[in-house]
Amino acid sequence: MRYYDKLVFELSRDGRSAFSLPEAPAIRLPESVGRKSNLELPSLSEPDVVRHYTNLSQMNFGVDTGFYPLGSCTMKYNPKINEEIPGMFAGIHPLEPDCAVPGIKKIFEGIDRALAELTGMAHFTFEPCAGAHGELTGLMLIRQYHISRGDLARTKIIVPDSAHGTNPASAAVCGLEVVEVKSGPDGLVDVESLKPLLGPQIAGIMMTNPNTLGLFEKNIAQIASLIHGCGGLLYYDGANMNPLLGVVRPGDMGFDVMHLNLHKTFSTPHGGGGPGSGPVGVAPHLVKFLPEFGNEGELRVSGFHGNFGVILKAYAYILMLGKENVPMAGRLATLSANYIKESLKDCYKLPLECICKHEFVFDGLIDDGAHDEVPGATTLDVAKRLLDYGFHAPTIYFPLLFHQALMIEPTETESLETLDAFIEVMRTIAQEAAQDPMLLHTAPHNTPIGRPDETAAARQPVLKWTKSN
Amino acid sequence: MSKIVEGLLYSESHEWVKVDGNVAIIGVSDFAQSEMGDITYVDMPSEGDEVTKGEDFGALESVKASSELYSPVSGTVVACNVDLEDAPELINQDPYVNWIIKVEMNDKGELGDLLNSAAYQKFIEK
Repeated sequence: MRYYDKLVFELSRDGRSAFSLPEAPAIRLPESVGRKSNLELPSLSEPDVVRHYTNLSQMNFGVDTGFYPLGSCTMKYNPKINEEIPGMFAGIHPLEPDCAVPGIKKIFEGIDRALAELTGMAHFTFEPCAGAHGELTGLMLIRQYHISRGDLARTKIIVPDSAHGTNPASAAVCGLEVVEVKSGPDGLVDVESLKPLLGPQIAGIMMTNPNTLGLFEKNIAQIASLIHGCGGLLYYDGANMNPLLGVVRPGDMGFDVMHLNLHKTFSTPHGGGGPGSGPVGVAPHLVKFLPEFGNEGELRVSGFHGNFGVILKAYAYILMLGKENVPMAGRLATLSANYIKESLKDCYKLPLECICKHEFVFDGLIDDGAHDEVPGATTLDVAKRLLDYGFHAPTIYFPLLFHQALMIEPTETESLETLDAFIEVMRTIAQEAAQDPMLLHTAPHNTPIGRPDETAAARQPVLKWTKSN
Repeated sequence: MSKIVEGLLYSESHEWVKVDGNVAIIGVSDFAQSEMGDITYVDMPSEGDEVTKGEDFGALESVKASSELYSPVSGTVVACNVDLEDAPELINQDPYVNWIIKVEMNDKGELGDLLNSAAYQKFIEK
């Protein structure tokens, strides 16, 4: 990566232009809405513009440039054919009547049927535009279900202590009170701790399976019967669906409502706040509450049908793989994760010794190199050092169950050579830490930017550029 | 090694209480601030708000995480440390000098459930 830190405004010179606009008739606006100050748009020649954005793009790291083992994010490769499909639909307007776009209707029916079959749900709504948006939609559905039955006291939702942070956040936004259930020493939801929480105030439970430690919640059938027994519903957070795809279905585990992250599991791009899609599926008894199918309530969570382009890409992915190949994705993702875990557990602390699914968590280095006055290398240091070797850092300090959590998810799209290269670098970093932890404390050494001052950025964020800066 | 001040009372969720007549001065322990890392924001209630023992009255945010503040006593907020609004790092600098809220207690008996410094020391060593 080459260092480049110019702002487009700094390159601007008065009088330059990359484009000539045709003469337009003058529009007279009332003086009250007229602009008092200059517009301050940058003036650049075409080569300046092209070089600026090309240089900026080279400062980026993505799945197209390298291995991206970000736990819980399923950064799998995004097939290029996915990008071609949405372009074919660019001329369609969302306000066109259904009869003018029968093909679109067929696409929605097709992906609805595919996702329903993969998850064991009855139908999906495609309105939610991201995972957390899906969670909120799902919880609103659960609320609506209870309210429609006159069961107004169900205001509490159970969330495991290992849950994704979005779970309690979505519940709070939905007006539900979050009740935490502890994990047992095996990293799974502790059924005995769950039992005393149950009662007529429980709206349901939010779970992700496999959980954030990458472990399959093997007591799920018992948990489902306990939750249903007290009148609650089960919500499935689909962020970790990748290893189960085509193998195990949330509907069969007893879940009533779920979301899928099309931008994780179904290979559409994400990261950097890019458009996602979090369709929500429900069991048959809840179909009447779905926006597209519903006749009960007025639940709408976005305009039209959500991020249609993303939905198209995901549908292309499903059709490309086909029913017979979909299960290979999850199996390979699981194999890759276990391969890395077993290859590194003699240098990194593995808190739970067992077969994982698509991801796993280390709890820092076994030998962090601490001696005398030199503090040992932390998980943050390992992550920063990885950047020097050209890999994206894994998720760090999540889940919160371990102090030095380092969460690795390789996905199924990486070759054995890439996995081996990553393992070798991780072993090298562990050696460096043991011999010279200072080398890690000061990493990264080879990137255009070292360690930004995150604290200052959070305390005094500078969000706006002004000429005087 | 976390600093623990003698004479204060502590909760298992790492708040400390200094009793001044009927007023409880509440902050977080050195253990809490060191676990959190650099504090970037303190979410506080307003004067006059009611707080309930065991329920959250605000939150600390750091680069690493956001963590709720649980009230060790029930009562009415009579003062908030407004200095923390612009300088949340004061909690990192000295968590025992830089209190967060003062609460007029409803029931001083609730203080009996809190830990003394020796018991808190044992609690965080576990």
